[in-house]
Amino acid sequence: MSERILLRLDNVSKSFTNHLRGAVHLPVVDKVGFDVAAGEIVILGGPSGVGKSSILRMIYGNYGIEFGKILMRSSLDSQFVDLAAVSPREVIALRRSTIGYVSQFLRAIPRVSAIDVVAQPLRERGTNADEARDLARALLTRLNLPKALFELPPATFSGGEKQRVNIARGFATSHPILLLDEPTASLDAENRAVVCAMIEEKRENGTAILGIFHDEEVRDRLGGRIVDVSTFSARKAAA
Amino acid sequence: MNATLPAYNFAYLDEQTKRMIRRAILKAVAIPGYQVPFASREMPMPYGWGTGGVQVTASVIGPDDILKVIDQGSDDTTNAVSIRAFFARVANVAVTTKTVEATVIQTRHRIPETPLSEGQILVYQVPIPEPLRFLEPRETETRIMHALEEYGLMHVKLYEDIAQNGHIATTYAYPVKVEGRYVMDPSPIPKFDNPKMDDCPALQLFGAGREQRIYAIPPHTRIESLDFEDHPFRVQEFDRPCGLCGATDVYLDEIVTDDRGGRLFACSDTDYCEERRERAA
Amino acid sequence: MSEAPLLNATAITKTYGSQIGCENISLDIHEGEVLAIVGESGSGKTTLLNCLAQRLPMTAGRVSYRMRDGTTRDLAGLTEAERRFLMRTDWGFVHQNPADGLRIRVSAGANIGERLMAIGDRHYGQIRETAHDWLSRVEIPGVRIDDRPTAFSGGMRQRLQIARNLVTNPRLVFMDEPTGGLDVSVQARLLDLLRGLVDQLALAAIVVTHDLAVARLLSHRMIVMKGGRVIETGLTDRVLDDPRHPYTQLLVASILEV
Repeated sequence: MSERILLRLDNVSKSFTNHLRGAVHLPVVDKVGFDVAAGEIVILGGPSGVGKSSILRMIYGNYGIEFGKILMRSSLDSQFVDLAAVSPREVIALRRSTIGYVSQFLRAIPRVSAIDVVAQPLRERGTNADEARDLARALLTRLNLPKALFELPPATFSGGEKQRVNIARGFATSHPILLLDEPTASLDAENRAVVCAMIEEKRENGTAILGIFHDEEVRDRLGGRIVDVSTFSARKAAA
Repeated sequence: MNATLPAYNFAYLDEQTKRMIRRAILKAVAIPGYQVPFASREMPMPYGWGTGGVQVTASVIGPDDILKVIDQGSDDTTNAVSIRAFFARVANVAVTTKTVEATVIQTRHRIPETPLSEGQILVYQVPIPEPLRFLEPRETETRIMHALEEYGLMHVKLYEDIAQNGHIATTYAYPVKVEGRYVMDPSPIPKFDNPKMDDCPALQLFGAGREQRIYAIPPHTRIESLDFEDHPFRVQEFDRPCGLCGATDVYLDEIVTDDRGGRLFACSDTDYCEERRERAA
Repeated sequence: MSEAPLLNATAITKTYGSQIGCENISLDIHEGEVLAIVGESGSGKTTLLNCLAQRLPMTAGRVSYRMRDGTTRDLAGLTEAERRFLMRTDWGFVHQNPADGLRIRVSAGANIGERLMAIGDRHYGQIRETAHDWLSRVEIPGVRIDDRPTAFSGGMRQRLQIARNLVTNPRLVFMDEPTGGLDVSVQARLLDLLRGLVDQLALAAIVVTHDLAVARLLSHRMIVMKGGRVIETGLTDRVLDDPRHPYTQLLVASILEV
């Protein structure tokens, strides 16, 4: 199994120190360790507030960590890189080449249309503008976003519409590692099924998928291995 | 010393001042088109009446010189008459209106139509010597720009001309490049006269009294008027000959002849016009 | 990731008498990378920018730059002519107040064409065509080409200033509060435009701003300054979402959320 691993967390610890509240120390997770292999779905489990989203953010480089290694590679025959040890520029390069991330909320950019929001990561990876927009259009169509919205900036969209733009953006590229933070949270059953099908396709293509899914039905359908984050919870230990 | 007249030195200026100005002139001749600062003196006439030109003339003129003074091509306007009288009195030099006879010609805003020859000196009166001032008012900056040959701004001015008027509408004080190096303001002569500066056998000296600058074009110096590839430099063209002497290819002034709209186009260079009429008669 | 930086600054210090402008600051910027320098008024961010851009003499430190011919030069060793040539070809500088970066008394077209004429372009028709193209790229209607910037709104002036800087395809642009002093809606449009241009042209940029939203939208990396010193640096979203230094936490916590 280990030769199929694309992502490995090794003894990772994270806490926040809030200096505005008298340097109160808030431990988040402690000694996190698990692997995700190519073509595998791993689901982070545990009650809310236990640090699931924080783990995804750490892997994406959005949160720094105190200890441990976050090892990743872009293919099975390349070397692992420790994201926690590389420069900001290299983190950006890893985001371009290796890790895709669908956050819980879309950060809308003023005046940029939904279709361009989706096409942007493709263009950053060298796809030409027309091709990127065609692919973006196909994804948004598949996710049942009304065509009238394609050319509008998503700032005024409903929660579900924004979420679908966000998912399309995350799925447009073919990163070998994909992080999903509750992608189905604000979707109806029909669109939930579409997203599940898209996740399954990624798995078939050999993508290593790490996700948070609160919806039982989705979890059952995807049937991934569950990593219980509460075993790493630093708060429990601190309490 | 004459006991009855005030003790003027020859040509009004004292010898020390003349030496200072001559040094500036020598430097200007050595660096064609470069504006040399000099300690401009108070002259017995207001700024704007040619104090720079008068100081240059006073410094180069000798007892044997023959002086001609023109103002807009004419020998008989107030300014020309006054300056001529001034030098006749303070230097006791011979004066003339004939271009060919003159050894020193002081001018305001024209170059004579009769080609100048070796040995002659043309002294220009200059109001604003700095061609870059239109777009860059800081003297510290324009000096650096000259030093580094940063003359893009001159073309910005010409661009602006074409953009606003469809063609280069600058008709006088049209900027030139001297011997491929310094960009120079030729003083407010019509651009019609610009080609006459090129390869001219006479020495051309420019004096700006208020601005305290002297610059020069030595004989046979290359003078190019700035332009664009697709908007080349052109002189003014007149669609009729001089109404008095019939000359073509000269710069004409428009003269109102009566109060019923009568107009005459005549040579701006009065000496040239008279010569032609005398010869024809 | 081993490629040499476009610009490297080492131990830059600028003092004004006994006052510290900025102290012992080192940084790199690579091609296509946007670096934000954030901090409050008086934090030294503009002093640092001006030192980097060679607009202010440094008290100590050195700045080197990889020129277009591939050689890396210590900028202190450039002649005045080389320095000025660099500044109007391979660099751009966008001032907070567009009037500081524009020639207010000539038309928009001449403002854009100036750099081209400065490097020897002498074809009016081509200069004008390029100016037209740049006006449209910064979303100014072509019919305004002969209008002076005095007739433009604040947002249009700022876009004109940007076009004027980018016309020679610089690789590095310095920006001092490019959206400061603009209405919020105008700011959003300008930011989006800047983001697009930086992206299309693979520009490197160093952007001074006190606005963390501007930093988030435009920059890859950021530097937080206080009292002339760098107190935190890193990936922009990491610094904003997981700030470590008490001062950065205070800054981030002070943003009003809409």
